[in-house]
Amino acid sequence: MSIMIDSEKCIGCGRCAEVCPGNLIAMDGKAYMKYPKDCWGCTSCIKECSAGAVKFFLGADMGGMGSLVHTRQQGDILTWVMECPDGSVKEIHINRKESNRY
Amino acid sequence: MELQKLSTDVLIIGGGTAGCYAAITIGEHSPDTKVLICEKANIRRSGCLAAGVNALNAYITDGQTPQDYVDYARKDAEGIVRGDLLLTMSEKLNAVTEHLERLGLVILKDEKGKYVTRGKRNLKINGENIKPLLADAVYSMKNVTVLNHVNMTDFSVSENRIKGAFGFNVRKEIFYSITAKAVIICTGGAAGLYQPNNTGFSRHKMWYPPFNTGAGYAMGIRAGAEMTTFEMRFIALRCKDTIAPTGTLAQGVSAKQINAQGEVYEDKYGLTTSQRVHGTVMENINGRGPCYLKTEGITSEQDDALLRAYLNMSPSQTIKWLESGKMPSQQNVEIEGTEPYIVGGHTASGYWVDTDRETTIHGLFAAGDVAGGCPQKYVTGALAEGSIAAQSALRYIDSHDFSGISDEEISRHFWEAEKFLDRDNAPFDCEQLEEAMQTVMDRYAGGIRTNYRYNEKQLAAANERISQIEKLAETLCADDMHELMSIYELRERLTVCKSLIAHLAARKETRWHSFAENLDYPERDDENYLCYINSRLENGRIRIIRRRPVKEDEHYEHNDRQ
Repeated sequence: MSIMIDSEKCIGCGRCAEVCPGNLIAMDGKAYMKYPKDCWGCTSCIKECSAGAVKFFLGADMGGMGSLVHTRQQGDILTWVMECPDGSVKEIHINRKESNRY
Repeated sequence: MELQKLSTDVLIIGGGTAGCYAAITIGEHSPDTKVLICEKANIRRSGCLAAGVNALNAYITDGQTPQDYVDYARKDAEGIVRGDLLLTMSEKLNAVTEHLERLGLVILKDEKGKYVTRGKRNLKINGENIKPLLADAVYSMKNVTVLNHVNMTDFSVSENRIKGAFGFNVRKEIFYSITAKAVIICTGGAAGLYQPNNTGFSRHKMWYPPFNTGAGYAMGIRAGAEMTTFEMRFIALRCKDTIAPTGTLAQGVSAKQINAQGEVYEDKYGLTTSQRVHGTVMENINGRGPCYLKTEGITSEQDDALLRAYLNMSPSQTIKWLESGKMPSQQNVEIEGTEPYIVGGHTASGYWVDTDRETTIHGLFAAGDVAGGCPQKYVTGALAEGSIAAQSALRYIDSHDFSGISDEEISRHFWEAEKFLDRDNAPFDCEQLEEAMQTVMDRYAGGIRTNYRYNEKQLAAANERISQIEKLAETLCADDMHELMSIYELRERLTVCKSLIAHLAARKETRWHSFAENLDYPERDDENYLCYINSRLENGRIRIIRRRPVKEDEHYEHNDRQ
């Protein structure tokens, strides 16, 4: 599991590189994932990215099928957007003011 | 590298849960005390809670008392805990929880405004943004400065008194020498000592943060601090592949552990943390694996709630369910034990501290996963310890001033780091040596491959190989500051491995299945081992010290330190 960064969408703000707990993302005008095998999968970077450029995926070695996940935020709503390989898109909306049921 | 000298009243190393809360405590109680946090990444998302957390697992619910919490933790650890540390922590759990809520954490309440509990000790929350909330509180303190992306590597200690610490920026070529009146170490535990569950591309998809490398343990060991109970390793029972938490399934939808034949097996082995892991190992050994959490048959509303809950703490599991097209109601969730970790927030490994959380080095305090003797801390316990350590550090600096670090000492540490940057053409790289270390630990020191078991002969072999790899690590070279960080992380892990091996060899009994399963001594031996196994590095050799149990009615002080 790791992330990839869409350089077309990246606005070069550097916030993903700033928060990565492993210091794994580097900047070259735009952000790029310098150490893909060292990712913990915490998704801090995708939640920081306002451009939807940072995308998270599961490695094939842990059963990943190639879906790419990014987030979008509007007020208290954090939306997880999953782009599937067949072109379909799934969205889950989380209200950050609501507790987990479990 | 450029040399920068800094000074502060209190230096906090590690801006995770405990470190941030220690800073907030000093900020609120002593706004004139200068505090500096040095954090290897960025406090906004560093440490164990980067992804968030699923629940608060340490809270004294109605009808329960702090003593009940002590009793629970003591039972789970088969007696090897510090009563004084557990009680002083437990007494603060509810106050720090309420503080967290004031900082913005969403905690589920009923219509009367009371927290909704999950079992005897747990609260339901939305913990996805817990770390940004703590970071915002830190930044609101005018007396607290944060240095992000600074990796501290060594203490400055003379005559067993702390003087400060050394480290470097992981992005810019800057070496830091920092003098402080007191230091609070909050660097977390150690992951990456053993070969992990996923060994390929997803090698870092592990339970504990792969960036917690045991730095604080290694710094303390090298400085001659006493350490305790490293042999009580922690192995988490997790969802296979994603290594996501199982507690949410077990407690949230009452999912039982079942084997491949569908039999509930947890009753056969017991319900302590180590027994749950052990049961799963045994079912697999006896041909009844894989093992699962039985989720088939739950409702689609429960499916939906689980998808959301996991997004707030371990998003890989939600993605796994969605990608596979099979929800937990349709397919049981396979479980497995992780590789072993050293982590004082779950088990009891770490610095040997007094009741006030001072280590055996004067002026050095420890909190969170790096502090030993006090398991089952979880998030709120780490906050409680951060506040206790901060209060103790404030009392200490009342009567202790700076004692300077000599230029000779600065130069020695500076050049120790600089030599890795100056050199090129090393035969090995860091990754190769990390792999070698993890392979040795896996095969000879009770990793996944041997079902967490080991014997004395294997431990001796492990010690010999780790000592060889330690020498090889000195030949590494670094092209940039990130690589320099990796070299120091490897050295830290190797230092922790050696202490761990010595501790495993010293406890000649099997008190905890899987956590410390010594095949030469398969039985529990209360007559000889109802005691703490402690250690200290003296003249390059690890000396084992056995200490009597400390009960909760005692205020423990270090009476025999230098």
